[in-house]
Amino acid sequence: MPKKPMSFTLNDAETGVFVEEGQNLLEALRRGAGDLSPKFGCGQGTCGACTVLIDGAPHLSCLTLAEAAASRRVETTGGLAAGPELHPLQTAFMEGFAAQCGFCTGGMLMVAKALLAENPRPTREEVIEAISGNLCRCTGYGPIVDAILTAAARMQGRAA
Amino acid sequence: MTTVQTFASLAEASAAQGAIMGGGTLLMRQVNEAPHTVPGLIRITDPGLSRVSASGDRIEIGAGVTMRQVMDHPDLAAFAPVARAIGGPALRNMATVGGNLFAPHPYGDFTVGLLAAGAQVVWADGRREELEDFLRGRVSAQGILATVSVVRTRPEQLRFRKVSRTRPKGVSVMSIAARLDGTGSSASSARIAFGAMGPTPLRARAAEVALQGVRLDTDGVGPACAACLEDLSPADDALASAWYRAQVAPIYLRRCLLGES
Repeated sequence: MPKKPMSFTLNDAETGVFVEEGQNLLEALRRGAGDLSPKFGCGQGTCGACTVLIDGAPHLSCLTLAEAAASRRVETTGGLAAGPELHPLQTAFMEGFAAQCGFCTGGMLMVAKALLAENPRPTREEVIEAISGNLCRCTGYGPIVDAILTAAARMQGRAA
Repeated sequence: MTTVQTFASLAEASAAQGAIMGGGTLLMRQVNEAPHTVPGLIRITDPGLSRVSASGDRIEIGAGVTMRQVMDHPDLAAFAPVARAIGGPALRNMATVGGNLFAPHPYGDFTVGLLAAGAQVVWADGRREELEDFLRGRVSAQGILATVSVVRTRPEQLRFRKVSRTRPKGVSVMSIAARLDGTGSSASSARIAFGAMGPTPLRARAAEVALQGVRLDTDGVGPACAACLEDLSPADDALASAWYRAQVAPIYLRRCLLGES
């Protein structure tokens, strides 16, 4: 099957990959660009483990046609940390034991990042709504919600 | 894959023999699961598809408008709770109004809201048809759906309830939308639509008739709720049996109409 070249911005770096007809963005990121941080969970848009940000808004990369992301700005968990400096969300997840197996964590972090960019002081209900498209089978969600609220508070310079 | 940039290249798209892709939330599932069953994909990037425009007492919603755009648009405030009931934030950034019209059972909650609001669909070639007629023939529908046209609806006119087994989000056991016109305490006319209670979203016409002129309280809406099943044909699926759906539909209709929790 013929492949087409496609370029986009991945975590602030100009990136080019070859995509097959009908290939989804998740495959293009993992196999084409070598970014393994978005996970393949269901391939059906149900679990949210593949969530990435496109132009700042969360999208399910397994249901996004790769070529629809051409020339757009894609962000994954792989780009959250700045060198050895973790993103405040990552720190809060780590300290609050908000990850066990970690498979859902990338998707959770990306929807949380989008939420805090839009709404820096979310309520608990708003956090629950923000992660409502992301499944976690380990933590029971409580520590994840707490970690997002903690990160929000720290990013605002408030006590958690 | 064929990418069509404008409606001007409509003929090219029609000749391409494929499925027209909206947000991909349904079609890409099929591509991922069984690519050989998808004859081809046609992606339309015409910016007109993502536009919402008001003209007179109607609002034209582009078929490519996403659920998130619906939630954010001031002219569509009545439909914001319906859009919000669909998926999580990531899915709502992708799922489109046009795609929802083709969503098979038990999906298609947004279409339920549009059906209650009396929407029409407008094809790229200018054909216009009532949403109810479109739904009857949607399995064999041919063409490119351009916009959905809906009468301006105030938030207090449209009531919506989605019934699902998990909170905060889950697939519909059923969804119900009702457009009520009249004073606050009684309905002079009503349009009621159910989702996941038949092969497509369906109107509950008997309930609509029974609701005319009645007081909006438990006694007033009782006959309408009892009549709602006359026009519905629920089926068994993994979420609920037809029996269960039939048992709870009148109760959830009452809760929807009266705004009960």
